[in-house]
Amino acid sequence: MRRPPSQPSPSASRKGKEPLRFLNRSTFPFAATVLVFVLLYVAASLHYTGFSRPQVFLNLLADNAFVGVAAVGLTFVILTGGIDLSVGSAVGCGSIIIATLVEKQHVHPVIAILLVLAMGTTVGSGMGALIRYFDLPPFLVTLAGLFLYRGIGLLVSMESVSIMHPLFARLSMAGVPLGDAGSLQLSAIVFLLVVAVGIYLSRHTTFGRVTYAIGGSEQSALLMGLPVGRTKMGVYALSGFCSALASVVYAVYTSAGNANAGTGLELDAIAAVVVGGTLLSGGTGYVAGTLVGVLIFGVIQTAITFQGTLSSWWTKIAAGTLLLLFILLQRAMHRRAR
Amino acid sequence: MKRPAPRLITSSPPHLLMPLAALALVLLYDALTIPGFFHVEMRDGHLFGSLVDILNRGAPVLLLALGMTLVLSTGGVDLSVGAVMAITGAMAAGLIARPEGFVLAGLDLHGSAPAIVAVSLVAGLAAGLFNGALVAFADVQPIVATLILMVAGRGVAQLLTAGQIITFEHPGFQFLGSGFVAGLPFPVTVAVAMFLVTAALSRGTALGLFVEAVGDNPTASRFAGVNARMVKLLVYGFCGLCAGIAGLIGTADIKAADANNAGLYMELDAILAAAIGGTSLSGGRFYLSGTLVGALLLQTLTTTILTKGVPPVLTLVVKAAVVVAVCLLQSPKFRSVAGRRFRREAT
Repeated sequence: MRRPPSQPSPSASRKGKEPLRFLNRSTFPFAATVLVFVLLYVAASLHYTGFSRPQVFLNLLADNAFVGVAAVGLTFVILTGGIDLSVGSAVGCGSIIIATLVEKQHVHPVIAILLVLAMGTTVGSGMGALIRYFDLPPFLVTLAGLFLYRGIGLLVSMESVSIMHPLFARLSMAGVPLGDAGSLQLSAIVFLLVVAVGIYLSRHTTFGRVTYAIGGSEQSALLMGLPVGRTKMGVYALSGFCSALASVVYAVYTSAGNANAGTGLELDAIAAVVVGGTLLSGGTGYVAGTLVGVLIFGVIQTAITFQGTLSSWWTKIAAGTLLLLFILLQRAMHRRAR
Repeated sequence: MKRPAPRLITSSPPHLLMPLAALALVLLYDALTIPGFFHVEMRDGHLFGSLVDILNRGAPVLLLALGMTLVLSTGGVDLSVGAVMAITGAMAAGLIARPEGFVLAGLDLHGSAPAIVAVSLVAGLAAGLFNGALVAFADVQPIVATLILMVAGRGVAQLLTAGQIITFEHPGFQFLGSGFVAGLPFPVTVAVAMFLVTAALSRGTALGLFVEAVGDNPTASRFAGVNARMVKLLVYGFCGLCAGIAGLIGTADIKAADANNAGLYMELDAILAAAIGGTSLSGGRFYLSGTLVGALLLQTLTTTILTKGVPPVLTLVVKAAVVVAVCLLQSPKFRSVAGRRFRREAT
C-alpha cells in the first residue's frame, strides 16, 4: 500500500459509515431481526435437504397465520406501551363459538364469522374502556379478558368440535397457485393482508401516528391535544378484532373449534412482536418487524420438525432464549442512547 | 422513644374489611345452601371436612401469593411462578424416579427426601434469582423479564422430564403433599410456617420497609441508602423459592410431575390473592394478612363452585369478574367517580 498515510480523509470515514446510515435507535432492532431470520433460514436450508423449497417457506406463512394475525393487533397495543394477554384464549373461544354455531345451531358460516368478529371487537373495546376511563393496568384487565374468553369457550363446549360445512372445506383448500413454487394458502393471504393493512394504519394514518405518540410519551401526546383516550381504546378494539380474525383463521385452518386452542399463544405473539423489534415500553417498532418475528419462530419450529429427533419443547426454550437476547439488546441500546 | 409496634399486629382493618366481608358472605352462602359444609370430623387422628379441604387446596396459592405480594410491592410482577412450579416439580420427580433420559440422572441422592427437596428448591431459587437479576441489574420491565421464564420455563421442565409425565412412589416425599401434622394436612403447616417467617422477616425487621420504599420511589429509596437492586434481587429470589415449595407440594400430592399442566394459571391466582388483600399493584404497600385472606377467599370461592356442581370452568368467568372488581376498587379514578355520585345522592 503506497497510499499516503497522512490522509485519513473525512470522506473515507463517512463513506464507511454511509451504508449503515439507516441504522438508528428504531431501525437497528428491525435490521437485527431481519438478519437473524436470514441467518436462520440459510442455516436451516443448508443443513436440511428440502428446507429451501419454496413450498416450505409458503407453509411458514400459512402455518403461523393465526399467530401472526393476532400478533399484528398486539403490535399496536404494545406500541402504546400496553399489553394484551387475552389474544390466546380469544382464539380458542372464537373458534369453538364458530364451530358450535355452524355445526350445532346450523348458522351460516359467514354469519357465525361476522358474529365472532363483532364479539372480539366488542370485548376488546370493553377492555380498552376500562383502561381508558379508570386507568386500570392493561396487564390485569386483559388478564381478566383471558379468563373470560377461556371460561366462555369452555362453557360453550369442553370438547373440540369439527366443522363439516362444505364452505369451510372449500376455504381450507383455497389458495393461489404460484406455478412451480407451490401455492399460497388462503390463511397466508389473510395474514399478509392483515400485515399490509397494519403497516398502512401504523405509518399513514392519524390513528397510527397517535399510537406511536402515546408510546413515546402519553403526557406529551395529551398536551399536544392528540386523541389519546380514543386511540387507547382503539388499539384494544383493534387487537380484539385481530384475535377474533385469528380464531377464524384457526377454525378454517384446522376445520375445527377447540376451546383450549391458543393456550400460551399470547406469549408466542408477544415474543414475535418483541423479536420483531418493537420496544415493550412502546413508541418504537414496525408492524413489518412482527411479520419477520413470526417467521423466525416459524423457521425454528419447522427446523425442529425437520430435525425429527428434537422434541417440541425445544421450541419453547429457543423462543425464551431469543426473547432474552432481544430484550437485552434493546436494553443495551436504550442505555447507550441515554 | 417508643418504637411503633410491628404493623403485622396493629394493622388497622380497613384493607382487611372488604376481603373479610366477601369471605364471610361466601361462607354464609355455603352455610345456607350446602348441608354439612362446616362439618369437620376427626378420622384416624386427621381432620376432614370442606373447611380443611379449603385450607389444604389453598396452601399452594398462599405460598405463591406470599412471594408475589413482596414482588408486587416493589412495583414488579412475577409471571413465571407457574412455570417455576413445573420446573421444581419435574426436578423432584426426576430425582426420585430417575427415568431414562433424565438430565440429572448422574445425581444419585439415594432417595433421601430432604436432599431431593433441597436440590429442587435450589432450582426454584435459581429461577427466581434469574428473574431478579434481569429486573434489578439489566433494568428489564418485570412483566417482560418474567415472561421469558414463563415461556421457556415449561420447556425446561419438559426437558427435565424428557417430555413425559413422571410418576413415582416415595412415601417420604409424598408426605409433603398428603401427610398430616397435628391433624392438619402438611401443606397447611408449610404454608402457615412460611407465612409466619415472611411476616416476621418483613415486619419484624426493616426489610419490609425497604421493599415498600423501593416500590414507592426507587430513586428516593436509593438516596436514602437502600440498596434497591439487592432488595429486588432478593425479593424475586424469594418468590422463586415460594413457587418452588408450592411446586413440590403439588407434585407430591399427585405423585407425578406434569410439565404442561403443573401450576397452569396459578400466577393469576397469586396476583389476585395479593390484590384482593389490598396490596397495591403499582407497588409501595403490602399487607401479608390481606394476602392470607385473599388466598382463602379465592379457594373458598373455587370450592363452593365445585361443591355446587356448577361447571368448574365457571370459576374462570367468576375470577375474571373478581379481577375487574378488585381493579376498579383500587383505581383512584373509579373511586373519585363513584364517591362523587354517592355524595350527590346523599345530599
